[in-house]
Amino acid sequence: MATVDIHAHPPVPHHDDHEHEHEHHHGNFWTNYIFSQDHKVIAKQYLITGIIWALIGGTLSVLFRLQLGFPDADLSWLRPLLGGWIVIDPATQVGKLDTEFYLALVTMHGTIMVFFVLTAGLSGTFSNFLIPLQIGARDMASGFMNMLSYWFFFLSSAIMFTSLFISTGPAGGGWTIYPPLSALPQAISGSGLGMTLWLVAMVFFIVSTLLGGVNYITTVINLRTQGMSFSRLPLTIWAFFFTAIIGLLSFPVLFGAALMLVFDRSFGTSFYLSDIYIAGEALAHEGGSPILFQHLFWFLGHPEVYIVLLPALGISSEIIATNSRKPIFGYKAMIGSMLFIAILSFVVWAHHMFVTGMNPFLGSIFTLLTLIIAVPSAVKIFNYVTTLWKGNIVFTPAMLFSIGLVSFFLTGGITGIFLGNSAVDIQLHDTYFVVAHFHLVMGSASFFGMLAGVYHWFPKMFGRMMDDRLGKIHFWLTFIGVYLVFFPMHYIGIAGFPRRYYSWTNFETFGGFTDLNMLVSVAAIATLSAQFIFLFNFFYSIFRGRLAPANPWNSTTLEWTTPRFPGHGNWIGEIPSVYRWPYDYSKPGAKEDFIPQTIPYSETPESNFPHENELIKLEMSNGSTIVVEERKDHGHH
Amino acid sequence: MENITTSEFKIIEEPKKQLSMNPKKFAMWLFIASVLMLFAAFTSAYIVRRAEGNWLYFELPDLFYYSTVIILLSSVTMQWAFFAARKDNLEMVKVGVGVTALLGVAFVIVQFLGWGQMADQGVYLVGNPSGSFVILLTLVHGVHLLSAIIFVLIVLNASFKLKIHSKSMSQIEMCTTYWHFLGGLWLYLFVFLLLNR
Ligand code: HEM
Ligand SMILES: [Cu+2]
Repeated sequence: MATVDIHAHPPVPHHDDHEHEHEHHHGNFWTNYIFSQDHKVIAKQYLITGIIWALIGGTLSVLFRLQLGFPDADLSWLRPLLGGWIVIDPATQVGKLDTEFYLALVTMHGTIMVFFVLTAGLSGTFSNFLIPLQIGARDMASGFMNMLSYWFFFLSSAIMFTSLFISTGPAGGGWTIYPPLSALPQAISGSGLGMTLWLVAMVFFIVSTLLGGVNYITTVINLRTQGMSFSRLPLTIWAFFFTAIIGLLSFPVLFGAALMLVFDRSFGTSFYLSDIYIAGEALAHEGGSPILFQHLFWFLGHPEVYIVLLPALGISSEIIATNSRKPIFGYKAMIGSMLFIAILSFVVWAHHMFVTGMNPFLGSIFTLLTLIIAVPSAVKIFNYVTTLWKGNIVFTPAMLFSIGLVSFFLTGGITGIFLGNSAVDIQLHDTYFVVAHFHLVMGSASFFGMLAGVYHWFPKMFGRMMDDRLGKIHFWLTFIGVYLVFFPMHYIGIAGFPRRYYSWTNFETFGGFTDLNMLVSVAAIATLSAQFIFLFNFFYSIFRGRLAPANPWNSTTLEWTTPRFPGHGNWIGEIPSVYRWPYDYSKPGAKEDFIPQTIPYSETPESNFPHENELIKLEMSNGSTIVVEERKDHGHH
Repeated sequence: MENITTSEFKIIEEPKKQLSMNPKKFAMWLFIASVLMLFAAFTSAYIVRRAEGNWLYFELPDLFYYSTVIILLSSVTMQWAFFAARKDNLEMVKVGVGVTALLGVAFVIVQFLGWGQMADQGVYLVGNPSGSFVILLTLVHGVHLLSAIIFVLIVLNASFKLKIHSKSMSQIEMCTTYWHFLGGLWLYLFVFLLLNR
């Protein structure tokens, strides 16, 4: 092969130490911590807000699980917390959860988890934190828009939070807010002020998401450091990038759907309403179509599930490669499958609507398209497993959570194939089977991705380490807990038990599932309790954790080249250049089992592949980004 | 095994020049994409709903033809201002941008009067969705147009401060893009409504 002079040193820009304008950044408490435009601070703001929301959302679920698991229990001890929502039977003095409040709990749990935790909390935290750090940028394209994005989210959160405390209760029509129920305040109390606040909050939420997404896409495309070509981007960045694009294209549709609902609710239009009688009284609304809302909602709704999942998949790709000490298997296939999933996610929405009286032929088309998603999903799972295969696995808490994610993604994905068949779905639709499906594949998988991300990047976020042992205990309790909660739901669902029902004790058929439901509820309470181990670990370690080494997981990516407490601007001196892809783990011949992206090929002659040796010349020509133009007359190889 | 010489490589980009486009302009295009999705949602909802029958047919207001002419004219004046800025013809920039703002306001007023013409036919926001859709589409488009007018006024203000010239074009360029987009969007909506009444 080509004999190349490997001794000549190219100019390596990341070694010089000259002062950079961004290095010292003074400001007061308000500009540094509250209205900060630093992407790292904004990421932490998202994270903390997301954690608070997750706690609220989790608590709500335990409340309705109490009802489902112990339908005869006396809940009057909850009166201090829930007040009038616990209805005391005057005869028996037994306190029961108000039936409409039950619906509100389910609705708010779904809304909070899907949007506030797993969309804003997940993307907001990790896209913000990792995009500039991993592509080698000083900050987001627009720090100001980024700050606005967080504060719109905050405003949205404040409104949604307030709606929990109003006298008519928060929205109660399900997280999918289907009209006519959600459109008619006369229908249930949860369609009154609570629903109005829900819609207002979601409008701000969408604005926040769009501001964030525009920023993420712009930053990834325009602010990559020298040498960071698209084929050298870590998979995290690819995932955040696709997620932002999906969000940008689908959230406006939800906005449109919500706007029309607002018109129906408040201005008397009939986009979604027709032929409705309430208490024998015909309503004036005439000519609308509730199915129209479902089309619009699920056009966002299905992409939304991937908005929730893709960042988690990106995070776990990164963590699994790092802790298997192996290059990710099928880097290009990972990107390709994410792209394919992103495209497909826009053409499968009607699988949520198989039982709306859809033309069966149309149903089979959507079945086909839906089942195709299994292909790229399977590619991803295959690649995770092959990356782990014969790896030199380091079981950090982050790694455990990532492997847990793969497990949930598989378990939950398989039930997706059942549901995707329009004929099977007639039986399974709106049962606990669906609840089991999406909680595993979306809820738990993404939650695990988020937790994995926190454990993995905590040292970069806070300069300290989280406790390893507590992390592992947290993992095992949560992992087992999640399966105990959601696996039994498959059986309950196949038996036909419908979701969103307050009680099933009146149905003879479901008598046999009392114990199973009790088990689920107990497991849910245990799983939620286990999260306090995490909370303790998290907050304790922020202040008291062991100081983090520069590169605690021996990673290759750029964020670990920043100082322990990176200031505004991230790098002191110049931004490092990138010379290789992010997955040079255990490269044959290399001195260590990882080679950071910042190490030029000229410094690693012992491990270079022949074509990489040729790249050395490119590195040398002044560090310019170069496109090789092969001469036709010069057939060298 | 031959040696590789630098002559084989052509340096296309200098370091640091990762910027393929001004980030603000790029962000603007992304914003436009999301607005496009919003209207794609509305118009496909329109088609789906119309296909279900029980659809009131009515004449679109004549005034919408006038407003279409106005907004097309305003695109011309905006483009004119843009060219003037590129030629450093600063007076013309002020005139062009100012006229654009006036035409924009005129458009919004004519659209509003158009609703009046619909009311004369007995078509209101409340009623058969065919009318509600027209009002919804014009309203949401109008709100975007108001935001564009604000943008134009900001550019106008900048042009009075002589901040817009051939070396500082990005603001007026973004404004022009947005303005043309909203003009094109209205043209699409109008033709769409004419074809799918
Ligand atoms: C192999 C891939 C998948 C297939 C074939 C599939 C199929 C389906 C189908 C057909 C339904 C509708 C069931 C019904 O309501 O009757 C459904 C529901 C759902 N899926 Fe999946 N799915 C897949 C993967 C995913 C992934 C990856 C996520 C999330 C990250 C997800 C999240 C959801 C959610 C949230 C719902 C329920 C929404 C609701 O009704 O509240 N699915 N899935
Ligand atoms: Cu779906």
